[in-house]
Amino acid sequence: MEQERYRRALRAPRPVNILIGFLALGFIGLFLVLPLIVVFSEAFRQGLQVWWKSISDPDALSAIRLTLLVALIVVPLNTIFGLTAGWALGKFRFKGRSFLITLIDLPFSISPVISGLIFILLFGTYGWFGPWLTAHHIQIIFSVPGIVLATLFVTFPFVARELIPLMSEQGTEEEQAALTLGAGGWQTFRRITLPNVKWGLLYGIILCNARAMGEFGAVSVVSGHIRGETNTLPLHAEILYNEYNFTAAFAVASLLTLLALVTLIVKTIVEMKNDPRRRS
Amino acid sequence: MRSSHKILLLSLLVLGLAAGKKNADPEILNVSYDPTREFYKEYNAEFMNYWKATGGGKIVIKQSHGGAGKQARAVMDGLPADVVTLALAYDIDVIAERTGLLPADWSTRLPNNSAPYTSTIVFLVRKGNPENIRDWDDLVRPGLEVITPNPKTSGGARWNYLAAWAFALKRELGTLKDLDKLDPAVMKAAEKKAMAFVSGIFEHVPVLDAGARGSTNTFVQRGIGDVLLAWENEAFLSINELGPENFEIVVPSISILAEPSVSLVDKNAEAHGVKAIAEAYLQYLYSPAGQRLAAKHYYRPAYPQFADAKDISRFPRVELFRIDEVFGGWQKAQKTHFNDGGTFDRIYLK
Repeated sequence: MEQERYRRALRAPRPVNILIGFLALGFIGLFLVLPLIVVFSEAFRQGLQVWWKSISDPDALSAIRLTLLVALIVVPLNTIFGLTAGWALGKFRFKGRSFLITLIDLPFSISPVISGLIFILLFGTYGWFGPWLTAHHIQIIFSVPGIVLATLFVTFPFVARELIPLMSEQGTEEEQAALTLGAGGWQTFRRITLPNVKWGLLYGIILCNARAMGEFGAVSVVSGHIRGETNTLPLHAEILYNEYNFTAAFAVASLLTLLALVTLIVKTIVEMKNDPRRRS
Repeated sequence: MRSSHKILLLSLLVLGLAAGKKNADPEILNVSYDPTREFYKEYNAEFMNYWKATGGGKIVIKQSHGGAGKQARAVMDGLPADVVTLALAYDIDVIAERTGLLPADWSTRLPNNSAPYTSTIVFLVRKGNPENIRDWDDLVRPGLEVITPNPKTSGGARWNYLAAWAFALKRELGTLKDLDKLDPAVMKAAEKKAMAFVSGIFEHVPVLDAGARGSTNTFVQRGIGDVLLAWENEAFLSINELGPENFEIVVPSISILAEPSVSLVDKNAEAHGVKAIAEAYLQYLYSPAGQRLAAKHYYRPAYPQFADAKDISRFPRVELFRIDEVFGGWQKAQKTHFNDGGTFDRIYLK
C-alpha cells in the first residue's frame, strides 16, 4: 500500500511522460541516428562498386593498414600500462597517489592538437631531441613512430581509468587470502586479480581501441599527411573530402563507423555479461 | 586458449609491420600547398611514366598537401620533403633561412623565378552574382560576407591580402608604377588608407580557415558568405567540380601576379639519394607535357605556347602587378604585413 503511494507520487502525469519520451527520441534521432543514416547513404549513393573501389584504392588500403597497425601497437601497450597502474593505484595507498591519478588524466584534459604539438616540440628538428635524432637519421614525427606515440598519449588513460576505481573497490582481501594459502605473486595475479577485473579491463580495451582508430587531432599534427604512408583512416577521409571526392570520403567514413558500431556491439555484450542481474 | 590468442595477436602484429614496410623503389616526397592536389596527382603519374620510359626505372612519388605556411613549418620541423612546391617564395625562403636545407639563392636555379606556373586572385560568387560584386571596393559594402583563409597559415590568403592592399594604393595614388620615387609623406598617407580599406574587408570575414581548400569548402559546401577570395585555379576547379550552375567568377579591375614557387630541398634529397630524380621532377614541370598539364588544371603556364590553346583561352584578361613592384619583394611584404606585430595583426587583433 505504502509502496504503491510512493510509486504514484514519483510518476509524472501521462502527457508529460509522453512529451519527455518524444523529446528524448527526437533528440536521439536527430543527433545520433540521422548522421549515421547520412554517412551510409552518402557512402553507398553511387552503388556498392564505387564504395568497394574507394575502400580498395591503394591509398585507402595503406590508411587501413596504418590504422590497424597503430591500434595493434597502442592497445596492448596501454593494456599493460593500465593493468599496472590499476594494480599500483587501486590496491595500494601511498603518498602522491592522487597526484599520479590526476597525471594519468592529463591526456583527457588537454586538447588533442596540443598533444600533437608536444611531440613536435620534443622530436621535431628544433625540438629537444631533434638534433640527436637528425644526427642518427631517426625519423619520429611525420612518420609512423610519431603517429604511434601521439595515439599512445591520447589513449593513455582509457584502461587505467576503468581499472583504478574497480581495483580500489575490490580491495586486497582475496589476494591476501590467496597468498596465505601459498600462492605465488604471479599466480595470485593470474587467478585472482585478473579474473576479478576481466570485464572492466575488456571495456577499457574496447574504448581505447575505438579512440586509437578514430583519433584525428593529435595524429593530424604529427602525420605530415603523406599519402600512402602517414595517413590514417580519419585523415584519409578528410583528404578525400577536401578533394571533392565526397562519395569516397563517406565510404571511408562508413568503414570507420562500422568499426565503431562493431565496438559498440562488443561493448554491449560485455556489459550484459558484466551485469550481475543478467548473470545466471 | 590464452596462449593461442597471444600467438595470433603477435603474428598479426608482425604481419602488420611487414605489410607496412616500404618497397625498394626510389621515392621522392613532394610537399605542396592546398589547391595543387589535382594537378600533381596527374603530373606525378605523367612524370613516373616519363622517368620509366627514359630508362630511369620505377619510382614512387609521395604527396603531402596543406596550407603553405603550415607545410613550410612542417618541413622545418622535419617533414622529409625532397621537393617543395609551395604557394609563394617566402615560405621556401624561410625554410632555407632557418634550416639551411637548401641554399638562399634557390629561386635562381630554375627559370621564371622558379615558378613553372603562375596564378592570380579572383572572386568566386554565387550564380547570377546576386550581390553585384564587381571589384575590390564592393567587398566592404555593409552586410556582405567575405570568405578568405588565414594569412598566417595560408599562402593564398597572403596573396589576397596584398592584392586588396594594392588596389587601395592604386585608388589613392592613381598608379602602382615607381612607388619608390613618390614623396614619402604621400606614400604614408596612402598606406594608411590602404590599411583602413583592408581592415574594412576583414570586418566582413566570418571565418578564417587555415588553408585555401578549407575556405573553398566553407563557401561552396557549407554555403557561408557572399564572395570567396580565391586562387584563380581554385575558383575554376570549384566551378568545374561543383557545377557552373551554382557559381561564377568575377575578375576584379586589378589583381596580383601570384608566383607559386618550387625548389629542390637539397640536403633531404641528397640524404635520401634521390637528388637526380627530384631535380628532373622539377625541370619536367617546364617541359611541354608539364606546362600542358598546368594549364589544364587552370594554372597560367610559364610557357603558354606549350599549352592547349583551348585551355589558355579560359583565362580572363586582368591587369596584374608583381609583388616586387608594389611591396618590394616577399621578404619585405612578409615583415611589414604578416609577421607578428605586422599590419594583419594590428587589423585582426585589435
